[in-house]
Amino acid sequence: MGDLLELRNVTKIYHRGLISRASTVALNDVSLTLKEEEPTILTVAGESGSGKTTLAMLLLGFIPPTSGRILYKGQDISRLKGDDKVTFRREVQAVFQDPFAVFNPFYTVDHLLSVPLRRFRLSRSRSDARDRMVEALTAVGLHPDDVLGRFPHQLSGGQRQRINVARALVLKPRLLVADEPVSMVDASLRASILETLRGLQKDHGVSILYITHDLTTAYHIARSIIVLYRGSVMEAGDTDAVITNPQHPYTQLLIDSIPWPDIERRWGETELKMAEGEQADHNPGCKFYARCPHAMDKCRVAPPLFRVAEHQAASCYLHEKNPRIDSERLSDLLPV
Amino acid sequence: MEDRVVLSISDLRVSYYTDAGRAIALDGAYLTLRAGEKLGLVGESGSGKSTMALAMMRMIKPPGRIERGQVVVDGTDLTALSDEEMLAARLSKIAYIPQGAMNSLNPVLRIGAQMVDAIRAHEPKAPKSETEERCRQTLETVDLKRSVFEMYAHELSGGMKQRVCIAIDILLRPKLIIADEPTSALDVVTQRQVMETIRRVQKKIGAAVILIGHDMGLMAQFVDKVAVMYAGRLVEISAVREMFTKPLHPYARALISSLPSLENKGVFQGIPGLAPSLLRLPGGCAFHPRCSNVMDVCRSQVPPLEEHDDGRQVACHLYDRKQ
Repeated sequence: MGDLLELRNVTKIYHRGLISRASTVALNDVSLTLKEEEPTILTVAGESGSGKTTLAMLLLGFIPPTSGRILYKGQDISRLKGDDKVTFRREVQAVFQDPFAVFNPFYTVDHLLSVPLRRFRLSRSRSDARDRMVEALTAVGLHPDDVLGRFPHQLSGGQRQRINVARALVLKPRLLVADEPVSMVDASLRASILETLRGLQKDHGVSILYITHDLTTAYHIARSIIVLYRGSVMEAGDTDAVITNPQHPYTQLLIDSIPWPDIERRWGETELKMAEGEQADHNPGCKFYARCPHAMDKCRVAPPLFRVAEHQAASCYLHEKNPRIDSERLSDLLPV
Repeated sequence: MEDRVVLSISDLRVSYYTDAGRAIALDGAYLTLRAGEKLGLVGESGSGKSTMALAMMRMIKPPGRIERGQVVVDGTDLTALSDEEMLAARLSKIAYIPQGAMNSLNPVLRIGAQMVDAIRAHEPKAPKSETEERCRQTLETVDLKRSVFEMYAHELSGGMKQRVCIAIDILLRPKLIIADEPTSALDVVTQRQVMETIRRVQKKIGAAVILIGHDMGLMAQFVDKVAVMYAGRLVEISAVREMFTKPLHPYARALISSLPSLENKGVFQGIPGLAPSLLRLPGGCAFHPRCSNVMDVCRSQVPPLEEHDDGRQVACHLYDRKQ
């Protein structure tokens, strides 16, 4: 079998207005591959403005890339037609950040779960549809009797978010794009939602693209990670390696700033350079140049990726003694 | 000076009267804070954290009502003040940074005008040049350039806007600052900058801080004491070290063990069950249906918040004194 999803040198630039020349590079030459036979959880991490939500929108097909191609099972998603398009829409599902905003308050949970079944003609009968709903709700750890027939306002944030996952699950997707799925639920519920996602990957063979700014949850759920900063890949690799031994100055700053719920692990001493007064987006060099404590002259030219370990690469000249790796080949070094 | 009590809450109760019945959002709250102390107030959504903050500010709106209790800040009982006196007390004695404060800046007024407004409201006769200088200095205190005074909110990043809000809050040197999830919309690096700003400023003016939120990581890094709320009641108040190493209340224990850390990779331990609705609280201790140490007495009697060893307070029958 081939690749489930492939991004080839995808760039997305947002232009502002017709007259203004100003534009924002939201995603800069990103390539990655998810294999069909090896379901995995890949984290895309970055702060606000790093392009992570743009990435989600691109691969759900909501917006077209400015350049580069996005292939689903070998076919360009912008050219999908007829049955192929329906299959893509069914097999690639999304869970969004805000469990309070995505529900229509007038419909019950039954309606919410049965509409996709009917749209994609997946259920043979009413009882079959119900069986599928019950199956999906059980899979996300909800008691069907507790939620079926209820309205969204009668449910807690955690229940709603799990229903969102169940809604995606009834369609038997191959790929789930989860954009900050736990950032708005309480800490005590986070654990159960993450456990649900991991169960999907393990037991149902669903690949998950987990988009987040929270590296603690990424560390616990994902096998591999890609760290974005202003649209460019800063570091990528095995989650354990990147988080316990970050090589790029940006990742180091990010990890040093995680408030670990641990009294012995204090915030680091890394000096914080303010993000204010940043240079324009059109700077061709390293995007982190202005804030980097190790900034050198050569950083004015964008650094390629250097392979710093078997499963780790960083886009930084501090590691230029290591072999270079083409950005197209990045996925090869990600563990599955 | 450092040991001066700046906040003392006693027997505070807030109820909301809804169509579905009366919900007691805060019940029997006692809390003391000394000058310079930093307290973290944690709990699930709906546990009464924000209600407590609003009650301290006397900003509970109908159908909610403060039903009894006192909030004494710096020697003044806020619950006994007239509305005008309360207006004067806000910002000068007690300041509040609400959730998403940075989105409350007026988009069509310069930052400076909004800061001057705050001073004018309390000191109408203050000369213009002096007021402006005070605002610019305060901006510097929170690591912003003096020129931010002339800027508009849209010219600032999220972290900068949040620091403007902090600057407005400390203009009149309040004795108590309440920050409700001040960094929930910011990424980790900016979050750290903002928290460090609050810490430095708080030390400088000697104010006590109450940090509200559910991010236990932030609590571990920032506060001295943690107060845990559950279904409208304070269930445990402990020093931050004890809270993280040896929590007493079963809910606090479950909360602490559900936290992700570097050591226990891939272990997810949620708290079984759901938070109860405030309209239908279970009898006795509200946590008893989810508690792993439940006893008969828990079903009938509400445990009071009692002093335990080394100044810790816990509301749980497990720690009842042997009679």
